[in-house]
Amino acid sequence: MNSEIVISVRELTKRFGDFTAVDRISFDVHRGEIFGFLGANGAGKTTAMRMLCGLSYPTAGSGSVAGFDVMREGEKIKRHIGYMSQRFSLYNDLTVWENMRLFAGIYGLNRRETEERASALLKRLNFEAERDTLVGSLPLGWKQKLSFAIATIHRPEVVFLDEPTGGVDPVTRRQFWELIYEAASEGTTIFVTTHYMDEAEYCSRVSIMVDGEVRALDTPARLKQQFAAESMDEVFRTLARGAQRGE
Amino acid sequence: MKHNFGSFVKKESLHILRDKRTMLIVMCIPIVLMTLFGFAISTEVNNINVAVVAPERTDGVEESVERLAANEYFTFCGYISQDEIDAKLRSGEVSAVVVFKSDYDRRGALAAQGIETTPLIQLIVDASNVNTASSATAYLQTILLGTASEQSMFETRMMFNPEMKSAYNFVPGIMGLIFILVCAMMTSVSIVREKEMGTMEVLLVSPVRPVKIIFAKMIPYFAISCIVLIMILLLARFLLDVPMTGGVWGIFSVSLIYLMLSLSLGLLVSTIAETQMAALLISAMVMMMPILMLSGLLFPIENLPKFFQWVSHIVPARWYIDAVRKMMIQGLPIAAIWKDVAILGGMTVAILGVSLKKFNDKLE
Amino acid sequence: MKAIEIDNLSKSYNKGKVQALSSVSFEVERGELFGLIGPDGAGKTTLFRLLTTLLSPDAGRATVDGYDIVKEYHAIRSRVGYMPGRFSLYPDLSVEENLQFFAALFGVNVEESYDLIAPIYKQIEPFRTRRAGKLSGGMKQKLALSCALIHRPSILFLDEPTTGVDAVSRSEFWDMLAGLKERGITILVSTPYMDEASRCDRIALCNEGRILGIDTPHDIVRGFDNRLYGISAKNMFTLLERARAMEGVVECYPFGQRHHLVADDSFSVEQFTRQLSDIEGLEIASAEPTIEDMFIKLMKR
Repeated sequence: MNSEIVISVRELTKRFGDFTAVDRISFDVHRGEIFGFLGANGAGKTTAMRMLCGLSYPTAGSGSVAGFDVMREGEKIKRHIGYMSQRFSLYNDLTVWENMRLFAGIYGLNRRETEERASALLKRLNFEAERDTLVGSLPLGWKQKLSFAIATIHRPEVVFLDEPTGGVDPVTRRQFWELIYEAASEGTTIFVTTHYMDEAEYCSRVSIMVDGEVRALDTPARLKQQFAAESMDEVFRTLARGAQRGE
Repeated sequence: MKHNFGSFVKKESLHILRDKRTMLIVMCIPIVLMTLFGFAISTEVNNINVAVVAPERTDGVEESVERLAANEYFTFCGYISQDEIDAKLRSGEVSAVVVFKSDYDRRGALAAQGIETTPLIQLIVDASNVNTASSATAYLQTILLGTASEQSMFETRMMFNPEMKSAYNFVPGIMGLIFILVCAMMTSVSIVREKEMGTMEVLLVSPVRPVKIIFAKMIPYFAISCIVLIMILLLARFLLDVPMTGGVWGIFSVSLIYLMLSLSLGLLVSTIAETQMAALLISAMVMMMPILMLSGLLFPIENLPKFFQWVSHIVPARWYIDAVRKMMIQGLPIAAIWKDVAILGGMTVAILGVSLKKFNDKLE
Repeated sequence: MKAIEIDNLSKSYNKGKVQALSSVSFEVERGELFGLIGPDGAGKTTLFRLLTTLLSPDAGRATVDGYDIVKEYHAIRSRVGYMPGRFSLYPDLSVEENLQFFAALFGVNVEESYDLIAPIYKQIEPFRTRRAGKLSGGMKQKLALSCALIHRPSILFLDEPTTGVDAVSRSEFWDMLAGLKERGITILVSTPYMDEASRCDRIALCNEGRILGIDTPHDIVRGFDNRLYGISAKNMFTLLERARAMEGVVECYPFGQRHHLVADDSFSVEQFTRQLSDIEGLEIASAEPTIEDMFIKLMKR
């Protein structure tokens, strides 16, 4: 892990009228880190992530993602991050290659770069034979790996993953984490939001949000030690039981 | 085991009442359509600006112009010269120009004796709206002919709708359209919504027979449609002055049959569609298009190509619109439309039968 | 008589193109809390729909509460409670109205079953006038469960009830199921999350329409007959690639903070640490196999 800071957040706050969805959160994420961002339903993690992706402006506080200010440079942030969610799937009626070309185009890659990057990704995924297969006919696990690959097609500095491996079989799931480890070891920063604690175990560091505040932030091992818990699930339950608000 | 049918109806009514936006649309569409078709999109002659070109303003000319100006459908915009005609029409200042030939009075007298044969009056009309143009021409002729002695060989009398008010024609058409919209579209969407939400699975895995649930769904939509029906009839009578000479009860009864038919159509769509989007599309494409095109709403059926005339026989709205027109405008009693009623009734039974058969209590 | 008996049940979609379920057989005892554990596409939902009589099987037979799922499906429908994958509630109706509607659907009064649903419903009763669509995931789940119980079913089918719900609510939900089991209700529940398996009496691991293994969670794990180690290092990705190339390593895969290394008899820890001594921060320790390890092993078989 590199000590260079890629995401830096200070006292970031988002209010909707009287309601403080995100309450002065502060943390740093380093290059190549796999950062788990956890929280119960309604804890404010979606709101916080929107601000980091440049989709929503903070009410107060400051932050930067990939060197760009979340207050003023939302558009630049969008170009330097990748995003993949379990719900956001690829276009089922386009082929693997067409999907890659489409997203490469969206991120402004030129024809040569697209060709180069897409071929490299196909090779890495062992998908070369599926180049012209409709995405809709691929098994779920493959789709998920493909959408991760496509989320990194423009070599973003940070990739945001929203519950990336929910509902996938254990073998495919491991292949997926391998892809993530590989990307991380090459210097891509991975930001994972999830409410499945076993996904949290794979992260280098984990933050847990309750009622709009970050209540815990450390490596999973140290958190388990701190809360005298056997699993992240227990750590999370101890923290979230005190939650004041629901969804 | 008692199954509380009333509570199913209540649940369905709550869905409708809580969806305020849809409720508003359902209630507003009839008003908007009625007003639009009744006033704005009209083929009737109304406020037509007319200019006159006359070489000499003789008594005969003055008399004609006075009559024109006195008519409520035309507005006299003054005399212009021959050279101005084109410009005035182009700018849209006037929609029609009446050109009197020189020596109008004398030649008029000769014409009356059958000696003069060349035309004495030329009508130049802006025909960008064909419907308005042709009605205006016809109407102008009747007004002007009055002066040029009774030389016409024809006497035209417009029956049932002497002022050629288009609202009369559109009201039955709008009714045919709106009930399909409210009953068929909304029923199908509300059934398919349950498929999408997954609640249909639970409904099916219950001892209640699906028919019961379906009928409970239809009742509130039927009630809404009745309110809309009353609204339309009131609007037609008091806002658009449609005479309804055939009797309101007759119109109401035929409409009830048509409502049942629309509800059945909605049910049929819901057995085919798997998503709300599909239900909407099917309702719009398969049901609305034929109503607009093939029911006599926009184009008279007699003007359609033979093939489409034939196709129009299976469009339920055609029979309904026909029946309502007969009663609302021609003033025929309900006994005169037995054929329409029988066809509508038969269609209802057939569609309802097919859709109930298709609606099975499994997921496949 | 068993609560559920399934004998070689098969089901395909799209005229046989997609085989959703291939010759599945197992039995569920009365009063048992039985878990179907498997990823999306394992055939869990298809099996639920067959057993709740929403679909008809292509081949094989099954009984629920002693009734045949094809011939006597009407009898089954009044005896089972079913909670489909997405909580099937009406979002525009209030908590109370949802409950009353489902009571009417089964021809019962809420009062008659109140004692059964009370432990669950009491938690959401303070919000009884709130629209179901405005509830949190955990509260929706509780309401859906109350609705599925309203007619005192003898068998409860819960299809992925914990998907999309946070960890606290999930744990509470399993506590509630334990309470229902006490009252003699047979429960068949499915979940894609392996860590929930330990809350069941018996589990069936399933994948791609087949059953990989059926047993108690404890005995399933006992069937893992390889040695298992947890390994970690500073660079986890390099470690993974290097470890796989070592002698005696059957396989090595990420497993949370560490990688799990499945070893055969020729594996030696000493040799392993020696050969990988250049890897910074290398640690190796024996690890207890979990359901997930067993699942991976069964999948690869």
